[in-house]
Amino acid sequence: MYRYDEFDHAFVKERVAQFRDQVGRRLSGELDEEQFKPLRLQNGVYLQLHAYMLRIAVPYGTLNPRQVRMLAHIAREYDKGYGHFTTRQNLQFNWPRLKDVPDILAKLAEVEMHCIQTSGNCIRNVTADHFAGVAADEVADPRPYAEILRQWSSLHPEFLFLPRKFKIAVTGAPVDRAAIQFHDIGYEVKRNEAGELGFAVYIGGGMGRTPMLGKKIRDFLPEEDLLAYSEAILRVYNMHGRRDNKYKARIKILVHETGMENIGKEIEAEFEANKNGVLRLPEDELRRIAAYFAPPAYETRPAMSETLDAARKSDPAFDLWFRRNVNAHRVPGHAIVTISLKPIGGVPGDATAEQLDAIADIAERFSFDEVRVSHEQNLVLPHVAFDDMKALYDTLVANGLATGNAGLVTDIIACPGLDYCALANARSIPIAQRISERFADATRQEAVGDLKIKISGCINACGHHHAGHIGILGVDRKGEEFYQITLGGSGDEKASIGEIVGKGFSTDEIVDAVETLVDTYVEKRATASEPFLETYRRLGPGPFKEALYGSA
Amino acid sequence: MNVIIANDLANGLVVFRTRDGWTLDIDHAEISESKEAAEAALQRALEDAAANVVVDPSAIEVRRDGAHLVPVKLRERIRAQGPTTGNSKKDHAATCGEAA
Repeated sequence: MYRYDEFDHAFVKERVAQFRDQVGRRLSGELDEEQFKPLRLQNGVYLQLHAYMLRIAVPYGTLNPRQVRMLAHIAREYDKGYGHFTTRQNLQFNWPRLKDVPDILAKLAEVEMHCIQTSGNCIRNVTADHFAGVAADEVADPRPYAEILRQWSSLHPEFLFLPRKFKIAVTGAPVDRAAIQFHDIGYEVKRNEAGELGFAVYIGGGMGRTPMLGKKIRDFLPEEDLLAYSEAILRVYNMHGRRDNKYKARIKILVHETGMENIGKEIEAEFEANKNGVLRLPEDELRRIAAYFAPPAYETRPAMSETLDAARKSDPAFDLWFRRNVNAHRVPGHAIVTISLKPIGGVPGDATAEQLDAIADIAERFSFDEVRVSHEQNLVLPHVAFDDMKALYDTLVANGLATGNAGLVTDIIACPGLDYCALANARSIPIAQRISERFADATRQEAVGDLKIKISGCINACGHHHAGHIGILGVDRKGEEFYQITLGGSGDEKASIGEIVGKGFSTDEIVDAVETLVDTYVEKRATASEPFLETYRRLGPGPFKEALYGSA
Repeated sequence: MNVIIANDLANGLVVFRTRDGWTLDIDHAEISESKEAAEAALQRALEDAAANVVVDPSAIEVRRDGAHLVPVKLRERIRAQGPTTGNSKKDHAATCGEAA
């Protein structure tokens, strides 16, 4: 993985010193809250309902064991013994004291981590496919491009005060696991007919109160133009994006109001003027960055493993976990393993300090020192040998990390909601927990099959409900929590925005409503292998509405 | 019936105004029975915010539940009592022992 060079080390260290001084001046009263708030937000410090919250950037979701151990240490020393992985592949601590934050940042800097640009109207942490570099279906590893974008966007003086926040995602495969069409810019690495590397480029996607799918602005952008084109998009957005109304300030609104044709012309003109300048990516620099992401020294292994097959036959729980949490790897005899952070009835995305320490050990022992964070609030071990699979599973079991539910109805994304978040209108986590408990039976879950439930506690949509096959949005109705259901959303390469199915449900009703939807799907699906989303797209909302509300 | 709620500046924890300071326990909060009393209490809290003791003070409506005070709105109930679920819930009691 990428290692900081002297520039990275210097700017992170300088930033820690600067923020230490700012915190000191705030605590002594030299700075008031109005002056301090933008400074703390630029360093990832929010003030939530109960306490400060610190959001730590995990660039493109990649972590090494040293970093994971440091997160465990911080959880123990400065928080309540756990951390929370988010839908932006980041990690949040819910209880740090402001006075401790400079020390926490100094410790993070020791392991090449920081909280810069995890908040505020700037280019946020760049996300990528969590299977990057190992997925069997990949054209090229998206992480070198994500890293190049990270370097370009970090403290970019022109883009630190944008009209609104700006999110970039990169995927390297035609199957989109990074939800690129829901980002301000989405890059899909691809090859053109001549076999050259480049990108399909989407702009103007996003969730929030006005969900929109990204529109394709370029079918093929040459690799060397990545930064010049990104800069052109940002420059046009920075110039024309609205600053008078924060709800209309994202690039999606600009694209929508100006029209793709007009905005496209401006971006292309800006790009033409600068594409041969300093931002053109030199081939040797590209390869230098790519070298950081070189594959580990895999042993040559047969495609099949007798050890694995025997273990699957003798241990049904292991077999079930294997069927759900293991994905195809591009190297024979290896697999990608998802560690579910969705135990039945648990808090989606939470990991205790003990679990984090265990995951660091596991990554060293089984996955060439590498862990990924997925935007679905799970962790990924990208390089596991089939022969090691059972030993890995047993270790996960011992640490409460072997829930075999990846992609199933209990693998729910949920934002922190009203249990923590100052913006939320309703709770998300308890709804996720109750749905998880309702569908706890492993046989039933597997029979239902692939199903993404995503829950947001307010219209800002941090729980990605617009992209949920079943999306749940918490609202406040006269002081009571109420939940609206959307159906048919998807964050993959056939992205779609979920549609509101009808009137909302109370806290008491919502889990029954979800169960009704799932039962209706199981009853109506064409075959046992037709996934929920396909059934919904084939039949439309009719049967689901009828099941929920009766015929009109 | 109102009390004043805020976050402690240095550690961020939820605190309530007493007659002469701040407490982590809502049951020890100063109660304002009238609009005028609530405004005066909020004024004192804003002075504490200006003196960098707390952040974002506001008056919230509460009701009595036996010997306890309970905020009327869910959001403020969760602020007063801690997260309703998960890892934080079981650990919240420990934090409440910490002096503001």
